[in-house]
Amino acid sequence: MDLQGFGHLLLSGTWVTIQLALTSLLVGLVFGLTGAAAKLSKNRFARWLATGYTTLVRGLPELLLVLTIYFGGSQLLMWIASGFGYDEYIEIGPFVAGVAALSIAFGAYATEVFRMAMMEIPDGQWESGMACGMSTRRTFFRIILPQVWRLAIPGLGNLFQVLLKDTALVSVVGLNDIMRQSQVAISATKEPFTFFLVAACIYLLLTAATTGFTMFMERVANPAARESRG
Amino acid sequence: MMNIRKLFATVALVTGGLMAAQAATAGDKIRIATEGAYSPFNMVDSSGELIGFDVEIAKALCAEMAADCEIVAQDWDGIIPGLRAKKYDAIIASMSITEERMRVVDFSEKYYSNVLAFVTPEGSAVEVTKEGLKGKTVGAQRATIAGQYLEDNLGDVVDVKLYDTQDNAYLDLASGRLDALLSDKFPAYDWLRSDEGKGFAFQGEDIDINDEIGIAVRKGDALKDKFSAAIKAIVADGTYAKINEKYFPFSIY
Amino acid sequence: MTWEWGVIWQYLPRLMDGAWLTMELVLVSGLIGITMAIPLSLMRASSLPWVKVFPFIYIYFFRGTPLLVQIFLVYYGASQFDAVRDSILWPILKQPYWCAIIAFSLNTAAYSAELFRSAIQAIPVGEIEAAEAMGMSKSVQVQRIILPRAFGIALPAYGNEVILMLKGSALASTITLLDLTGMARTIIARTYTPLEMFLAAGMVYLAISAVIIGLFRFMEYRFNRYQYYHHTDTPKNLDPLLRDPHIDQK
Repeated sequence: MDLQGFGHLLLSGTWVTIQLALTSLLVGLVFGLTGAAAKLSKNRFARWLATGYTTLVRGLPELLLVLTIYFGGSQLLMWIASGFGYDEYIEIGPFVAGVAALSIAFGAYATEVFRMAMMEIPDGQWESGMACGMSTRRTFFRIILPQVWRLAIPGLGNLFQVLLKDTALVSVVGLNDIMRQSQVAISATKEPFTFFLVAACIYLLLTAATTGFTMFMERVANPAARESRG
Repeated sequence: MMNIRKLFATVALVTGGLMAAQAATAGDKIRIATEGAYSPFNMVDSSGELIGFDVEIAKALCAEMAADCEIVAQDWDGIIPGLRAKKYDAIIASMSITEERMRVVDFSEKYYSNVLAFVTPEGSAVEVTKEGLKGKTVGAQRATIAGQYLEDNLGDVVDVKLYDTQDNAYLDLASGRLDALLSDKFPAYDWLRSDEGKGFAFQGEDIDINDEIGIAVRKGDALKDKFSAAIKAIVADGTYAKINEKYFPFSIY
Repeated sequence: MTWEWGVIWQYLPRLMDGAWLTMELVLVSGLIGITMAIPLSLMRASSLPWVKVFPFIYIYFFRGTPLLVQIFLVYYGASQFDAVRDSILWPILKQPYWCAIIAFSLNTAAYSAELFRSAIQAIPVGEIEAAEAMGMSKSVQVQRIILPRAFGIALPAYGNEVILMLKGSALASTITLLDLTGMARTIIARTYTPLEMFLAAGMVYLAISAVIIGLFRFMEYRFNRYQYYHHTDTPKNLDPLLRDPHIDQK
């Protein structure tokens, strides 16, 4: 396929897409863990807040989230900041808006994944941790979290694929990702089919790589299965 | 919740501090912002240099005022806010003088006038009047004056299509989905001259929407009058006409 | 920040026009998608490799790429070829409405086919064996046992897919359609009230998804009725010999 010298542009777009996806993943994981903790907490207000978060976000189009944060975000932030006596302009660029929107969306689904995983851990695990004389915190980090992680990885892997595909939406507000760069190439070459197909293939490669990585992580997180000979 | 608000405020304060620091180092130099993505008025060449009509006008104005200038690129969406935050002192970026913007910034006198024009396939039989366009499909970019004009004046008789980018609108004009495209005339002129615009032409009369392009400065800044005087001077001494000629075979003042 | 409730009320009728288009897009492409998904899932569940390979590639492509790429490929991509522009299909492909329908249908067909496949494979083997023992031919089995059972099993997951489709339909706004999102964006270009308009649009989306969720709960209840069947309480003084242990367990 003839890319007419636009290969490097697509490559730089791919790099932007990867950066966007990974940053959103990290922030989204924090949202997800916090959400799950809130949903399982004894505090009614926290539970209510987390339920509101997941219900709302899972019913809203991701594109609408991206647009709202990009076009309305600075207005909102400035309003909040003015409450603290800060009245200068706060700018939200496409990358930041993208990370915010995608991680909020990812976090809402990840909340459910983590919650399910946490509920799968039998109480006995907690109790035996205590019986060994570990503190609650120590039990959580040494016993519970590694198991939650193992149970959550397949679900999180699927969510990351969704996230990866949703990064394309951020091109609508002008981030120079794969989509945007293919559009730049198209406006010069007049070959929309060629370049969108190339873009599609890049996304396919990325999702395939993610599948591979998820499988690898599953192995790493599960030493018991790895060491067993069966 | 409280913590999140605190966090936002801290982030805001830090960014604010950085901006203030930037403004302080600027000194007496006049810093001018342009967008760099609006060919042929302001764009970036292959070596990363800002070029275009706006940039040349800016340089001519600085020479006229005998001022030391620096031209910087800034995203369109943040261009007015950046001015107010003192990242730079003026905007020369083909900005229309509108009431909305007048509330937050001051404008110099106009340095060119924008008109709208219809683009159709060459030899198209479509007449760009309200009657001639009845039932036709006409496109424009969303959130532009052309888009608004189309909706307000022809919205009841034509099928209006609004695009995220001008390039997508051009694509659909080329594919035959659009019978006509309404656009700012001068960038469309640039497109028509390029390879991609082959086979298309302006159709009918220009639409004067009384859209004047000026230089934006902070409210109450004395730069406003200096720029206005400098514009008058370069128009009078022919510098303006020379720059105009380089880009368009007709006067855009 | 000034918050203007007024613009929401003023433009609500136009937003609702957009909401109707959104619902129409979801409904039409959902129906076409299901029709395509059924043969795809049956082929995918087949044990013959050369039957499996086409649906595998199809599903892999549509699940592995962003919907935005797919919709652009159909809308802008198709017009690259003169052959397409001169064909009898052009009057259809020319319209953004049909391009959106085509892209959404192809996309949801891939996801639904995968759901139906796993549902087909989740049908207890005993039920298929029972059908075979009754002397049903393969096609009768598909009609009477496999599809109805798979549909019942896949229903909750399919409900989720419809919600995802609703969310994906917002992309129609990128090819000039005035769906709910497109309408909101067009209004904002004029009023400069992004937060108000997007909030209003968001609320409408939430309302539509609430209706979809309710509809699927109801359908699931009807379809999987046997699971919700409650026996009347067994009289306490019933002769132990007449007790049915299966009923008592419930």
